[in-house]
Amino acid sequence: MIEVRNLYKEFGGYPVLANLSFRIENGESAAIIGRSGSGKSVLLKHLIGLLPPDAGEVLIDGENIGPMNERQLLRVRRKFGMVFQGAALFDSMTVAENVAFGLRRHEQLTEREIADRVAGILEMVDLSGTENKKPAELSGGMRKRAGLARAIIYEPQIVLYDEPTTGLDPIVSDSIDQLMVRVRDQLKVTTVVVTHDMRTARRVGQRVLMLHDKKIYASGTADEFFASRDPVVRQFIDGVADAKEGLI
Amino acid sequence: MSSRFASQRVNAVLTEFGQITLLAREACVSLFKGRVAWRDLLYQVYFIGVKSQSVVLITGAFTGMVLGTQTYMQFHKVKMDTATLAVVGVSMCSELGPVLTALMVAGRVGAAIAAELGTMRVTEQIDALRALATHPVDYLVLPRLIAAHIALPLLTLEAVAIGILGGYFVGVTVHGIEPTYLWANMLKYTHQVDLVIGLIKAFIYGGIIALIGCYKGLSCGLGAEGVGRATTEAVVYSSITILIANFFLTLVMGKLVGLL
Repeated sequence: MIEVRNLYKEFGGYPVLANLSFRIENGESAAIIGRSGSGKSVLLKHLIGLLPPDAGEVLIDGENIGPMNERQLLRVRRKFGMVFQGAALFDSMTVAENVAFGLRRHEQLTEREIADRVAGILEMVDLSGTENKKPAELSGGMRKRAGLARAIIYEPQIVLYDEPTTGLDPIVSDSIDQLMVRVRDQLKVTTVVVTHDMRTARRVGQRVLMLHDKKIYASGTADEFFASRDPVVRQFIDGVADAKEGLI
Repeated sequence: MSSRFASQRVNAVLTEFGQITLLAREACVSLFKGRVAWRDLLYQVYFIGVKSQSVVLITGAFTGMVLGTQTYMQFHKVKMDTATLAVVGVSMCSELGPVLTALMVAGRVGAAIAAELGTMRVTEQIDALRALATHPVDYLVLPRLIAAHIALPLLTLEAVAIGILGGYFVGVTVHGIEPTYLWANMLKYTHQVDLVIGLIKAFIYGGIIALIGCYKGLSCGLGAEGVGRATTEAVVYSSITILIANFFLTLVMGKLVGLL
């Protein structure tokens, strides 16, 4: 279970998140939406301890990770898999080496077992046959898939996605959405997706939380959220620019 | 205004020094917890040691030849030609060998480490490592630090040997010094302790290069500009630190040798 209580974070004296609280139950799938620069990725990085909160608490299965040091956090992070916005594949390694990274570091397996696990997970994300390619040889969508394979190969309890469909064409975005749903349903993992893509939020998120003005402005089931009549929520869902922004 | 600027600069330098010290402490924790990735360590020994040989050998050879020529020109006036190689031997073992090797490696390896880790930072690969429950110090810093500690003394040995041979070659073939006395005097006046001092220095300089390179890479600013600045600073800071450390090490080890 993920619980955030009164989270506060600022950069250079400018607050990005303030008094932000929410809770995501085990096995739940949540989409966090919000405008560019609203602090979605910052929030996601707090959940896995990549950024420390300035105030407030982040609890993972009841354990506050805020005061933990980097070594103590390693134990907590084994519960997580994270897919980064730019995939963040290790560019000096092949796809297979990238995907096997977590297994090699944390599990005692033979090379044969590792190869089998890598082949299985690459098949799951429709990347069979790319084992020996370098990340630079992959398209944007393939990199995201490889990043996802790396994140889920050691079967984490929680998977975090940072803007999984940003920069991809609608068809590839759709295939990534389907993949996230498949991972969620097959592995029964808790899923947190940060996105500003409404289609992704609707398809992957059983619950949608909207980040606005440094805190969770609105939340509800996907159906409730997309039927909302709140003007701020409506404006974001419909993608309507402010009058002032329209002139820019 | 200028005093405020000076205090800010001093504060920034002390902060960086403190952070590099914390990085060194974290590397020690990692070492004692047995987190060394042996495959990565071997690769780093190859990259820092084997691949730096050509630049170190050229530097050592020409330094030895120049030093031999300069010493001969002065010693010839007082008819001490055969002591030329002794000066080359002592200088190369305790001072020029370790310092020039370290400066060359700082330029080649320090810059490469800062650029590689800096690029990993700006492309979120460091965050990806952390998300995969891997401490960046265990995986990135420790292999480079140990490899630099191993490689620098070995490279220094090579530089010293080729430097002395260069001085011998110039002395005998260009200046016509009698080879037997030239070599015998070098052996007579160059002591084991000179070489030991040089190797201890090289060991320390290896740590300086790796730590500053890793620190600059891991803490670099965003974007291509940040990586560029981190690379430049890694070379400049490690070169300056080596030169300053050399003075104090010479002083301290000279005193210690005097006491023995």
